[in-house]
Amino acid sequence: MHGVVKRFGDVVAVNGLELEVPAGLCYGLLGPNGAGKSTTMRILTGQALPDGGDIDVLGHRLPRESKLARARMGVCPQESNLDVDLGVRDVLDVFARMYRIPSPARRDAVDRALALAGLEHRARDRAVTLSGGMQRRLLIARALIHEPEIVLLDEPTVGLDPQIRQELWSLIVGLRDQGTTVLMSTHYIEEAERLADRVAIVSAGRVVAEGSPSELIRTHAGREVVDVHASAARLSDLRARAAADGLPTRRSGPALTYLHAESRDGRVPDGVRRSATLEDVFVRLTGDYVE
Amino acid sequence: MSAFRPGRVEAPALAAVWVREWTVFKYYWRTRTFAAIVEPVITLLAFGFGFGKLVSHVEGIPYIQFVGTGAVATAVLFSAVFSSMFDALYKRRYQRVYDAMLAAPVDVDEIVTGESLFLGVRAGLYGVAPLLVAFCFGLRPEPAMVLVPFIGVLTGIGFAALGMWFAAMVSTYDGFSYMISGVITPLFLVAGTFFPLTRMPQWLRSLAQLNPLYHCVELVRHCAFGLDPAADVVHVAALCAFALVAWGLAVWRSRARLIV
Repeated sequence: MHGVVKRFGDVVAVNGLELEVPAGLCYGLLGPNGAGKSTTMRILTGQALPDGGDIDVLGHRLPRESKLARARMGVCPQESNLDVDLGVRDVLDVFARMYRIPSPARRDAVDRALALAGLEHRARDRAVTLSGGMQRRLLIARALIHEPEIVLLDEPTVGLDPQIRQELWSLIVGLRDQGTTVLMSTHYIEEAERLADRVAIVSAGRVVAEGSPSELIRTHAGREVVDVHASAARLSDLRARAAADGLPTRRSGPALTYLHAESRDGRVPDGVRRSATLEDVFVRLTGDYVE
Repeated sequence: MSAFRPGRVEAPALAAVWVREWTVFKYYWRTRTFAAIVEPVITLLAFGFGFGKLVSHVEGIPYIQFVGTGAVATAVLFSAVFSSMFDALYKRRYQRVYDAMLAAPVDVDEIVTGESLFLGVRAGLYGVAPLLVAFCFGLRPEPAMVLVPFIGVLTGIGFAALGMWFAAMVSTYDGFSYMISGVITPLFLVAGTFFPLTRMPQWLRSLAQLNPLYHCVELVRHCAFGLDPAADVVHVAALCAFALVAWGLAVWRSRARLIV
């Protein structure tokens, strides 16, 4: 994606986005809600038409050739759009046809997807009777039924229990290990840090930083950071002073975090010293407050 | 995997849309069929017995047979237009399965075409029910009646597409009030189903020419009581034109809704 712009009326959802996803990696789009991640995903499936920029998916120019790209892509949306009234097997069978899996292979594809979702024992039940976690697994299995080369996962674990999140994480890593390219949007920093080989941090419709999680941490937060806990008044005071001294900081709730602490010895006030995380990078780059 | 031709309506995509409809239908055929058959049959009996006491013959035809043939069009209309309106809005807004289909290699025109065809065929078959009831009231089977399901399918495709167009113009089920009261009810009443339009004022008869349901009613009656080839060709052409226009409007508005 090069210079991609998408406006909704006066709102600019995507504002000159640059994105290159290397094949075979798990790539994370990390950004606060409203940063333009979902719109970017919809542009990639041809469900939103960009107002500007060039998009190429697996050698297909979008939006003109989006149908060709969609045939090689699997998509798992943020909110369920399952045919909930149908049986689990029927849900998969219908989409096997949508993805044009020829009839001799269709049955195997559906069986494989059922196994992947761990829903063999529920194949005949209606999708609406499944738990939230099972429905999400079915949604992912449906996206994988045609063994796509790229999978788009929009906030794959939002609103799920920790156990189910772990389960989905292993599934995503498994996909990547089989050579499938995964493009995943998330606003959970931990998710990006654990799963993504590379991360693009998105803010206000553009990529503000890109790299592996460790590169991003090193570049934007350093090796170590110091959290200084103090009263609100003292924090604003400290912050103003840090800004004057050229010390990079970020707000961490009731504390102020000094970044790159390892190279600013002596100038950083006393506090709790810890390793820098992707969260430090995220908050520094996307702002302390979300509108 | 078959070759893709972007920008065209492709058979494999249509087949997939059709199979989805068929799969859903397998779960709901009882309720859908009950509604589609019982409603026109009750209408037919009510009008037939009620008015039948006041009016014995219309245009030389026993009244219940007159209504029975006319009610074929009503059954087609209701089955096609209501299913497509409510289902399309449900699938777009609430269940959002259109989103999932459009993320697969299926385009808006393929969804509209596939679903209109399916609902059209279904409506055409349901439309035969009033005719069967009319047989019980002395309507004589005629060879030309084998054409009735085909007329029903053609009419049904148009009304299914019309319903999808309506669905693409509203955001909630409430919005349908305008279409139901403002369009569907007048179409249903001024089609020559329950009373002949020949005694109506000229302006109303001219207006009825624009009502696709009128053409369907005329065709079905001609199948039962004698074909009139010159007029019937015009009626078929009118139904084809209606289906094409409704399909075009449905594709146009649905695309605007679904691809932002």
